[in-house]
Amino acid sequence: MNKVLLFAYLQEAAGKDHLFMQAAGLSVKELRNSLENETRLSSLQNVMIAINENYATDEDIIEENDVIALIPPVSGG
Amino acid sequence: MMETLFEIVHEAISIEAVSKKVFKREAGAVTTFTGIVREFTKGKRTLSLEYVAYEPMAVKMLAQIGTEIKKRWAEAEVAITHRVGKLEISDIAVVIAVSTPHRRDAYEANEYAIERIKQLVPIWKKEIWEDGEMWIGDQLEHNPYANEELK
Repeated sequence: MNKVLLFAYLQEAAGKDHLFMQAAGLSVKELRNSLENETRLSSLQNVMIAINENYATDEDIIEENDVIALIPPVSGG
Repeated sequence: MMETLFEIVHEAISIEAVSKKVFKREAGAVTTFTGIVREFTKGKRTLSLEYVAYEPMAVKMLAQIGTEIKKRWAEAEVAITHRVGKLEISDIAVVIAVSTPHRRDAYEANEYAIERIKQLVPIWKKEIWEDGEMWIGDQLEHNPYANEELK
């Protein structure tokens, strides 16, 4: 099982700060598409994905227990 | 005492405290950038701001910026503190301090740090206006690939 952390507007859109899903074996790209289809999170194309607190590329494969974070465009500073 | 060079905090930031972290005998220049909450953006009045962070990753990314700076400016010392939570107009949101032997490097490395923060540190701000609120994204108005260092 994988925990998926949500932040900023994604958190408000989903009404919660995390969700759980079975994502092991999926690529980051597949995960993004799957989340778009299965949740109310509309477009995730501009959303970066982090695995275990590091930015991932579309080709990276998710492993069991990896913590995933959806990172909308940031606005710190 | 081991000082924390890269921090996310929930309370007011002391510019001097962050700046002092990078003082060292080899340094001849310290630049300090202070980001504060602006009241008007394109004519729209902000009442207050809320910053949130994915804190453990944000600290890691701040440290990564420090590492990138050391690769380019080997003698630089860097400290960055970013505040999260509810901030009022003119409150300090971020302080970046860089020391180097000579001033040009200190200016350049400091600017590099703020540009990178705006690209890759997972911190978001929500602007609260008189008539609503909105999460602000993508201040640079493009989405550079986060793992790619600035040219």
